[in-house]
Amino acid sequence: MEFTVAVFIGIVIVFGFVKKVPVFDTFLQGAKGGFEIVYNIAPTIIGIIVAVTMLKSSGAMELLCNLVSPLAQKLGFPAEIVPMAVLRPVSGSGSTALLNQVYSDFGPDSLAGRVASVMAGSTETTFYAVSLYFGSVGIKNIRNTLYAGLFADFTALVFAVLTVRLMY
Amino acid sequence: MLNFVWGGMIIVSIVCAIFTKNTKQLGIDTLEGAKDGLELLLVILPMLVMWSGIMEIASKSGLSDKIAKIFRPLLKRLFPNLDADSDAFKYICLNVSANILGLGNAATPFGLKAMKELKRLSPHSDTASDEMMIFVLMNTASIQLIPTTVGTLRYNAGSQSPFDILPCVWITSAAALAFGLTAVLCCIKTTRSAVVVGA
Repeated sequence: MEFTVAVFIGIVIVFGFVKKVPVFDTFLQGAKGGFEIVYNIAPTIIGIIVAVTMLKSSGAMELLCNLVSPLAQKLGFPAEIVPMAVLRPVSGSGSTALLNQVYSDFGPDSLAGRVASVMAGSTETTFYAVSLYFGSVGIKNIRNTLYAGLFADFTALVFAVLTVRLMY
Repeated sequence: MLNFVWGGMIIVSIVCAIFTKNTKQLGIDTLEGAKDGLELLLVILPMLVMWSGIMEIASKSGLSDKIAKIFRPLLKRLFPNLDADSDAFKYICLNVSANILGLGNAATPFGLKAMKELKRLSPHSDTASDEMMIFVLMNTASIQLIPTTVGTLRYNAGSQSPFDILPCVWITSAAALAFGLTAVLCCIKTTRSAVVVGA
């Protein structure tokens, strides 16, 4: 799978040669634009990571999980994956760490392991994507995009449990 | 709204830390968090710089136009008010194709360029247009065909068949995207009078 990246780049270069594009000059020109993007999104990213870190470190995240767990169990969700599901929309690296935790505690082929995998594989870090995309162009009123994104994440949780239960 | 969410997260954390007696740790981790943010940026920076360069070649050679055409019919339905020949539409197509192929790092520069173009087309400078909402939602959902990261993690954890979850992942992503889009479209309908985008 990793090789696709190299193949893709190869195709781009070959196509560039065929169309007589000065490939390296063009690369440099585009790469400069990449720097500009990073410069523009840097404050957004640092701001979000700080807020997410505070939420985890203060114990607020844990508190939320403890609140949600009993309810989740009643509805048939495996309680083991609640922390990961709660963290998923907020922190990519954080939820990956919790995913690994689920694997080592219950095994990657357990019900919890499978549900957590499906959840991780079918969602993105919603909060990050929303802040990044809107932040990059200075949109302040994002209307209900964040809520819709979180609703999609919740849907993913429900379907992850349903599909895994149905298939295994 | 992000102002309230972001501020709220911090206030809740501070109040919570007082009750859970994590105040000292919170103080330490807050500064650590800023450092983590920079570390994440250092991971993103080379990726974005490299992909922006590669994609500039694809764009100059006309390859990106060819790729964009593949998803044109489908995306035309999602963005009916957007001119299919506009740069905004082209970048959206490229972002979607990169996401599907699992080239997340290549998708981001396209996505940010698409947002820039969408903003140019929007009459409101600081309010999200309908198209922006739909587009950002698509990027909050995962439309990757093969979730390589999860597969690798499962394999490393000793799974018998790391990719046996693929059907579940496809159904789940499709459902999440469909429900998310429905939510966005409902919101757009109810607030249509407030924001109108000229194509």
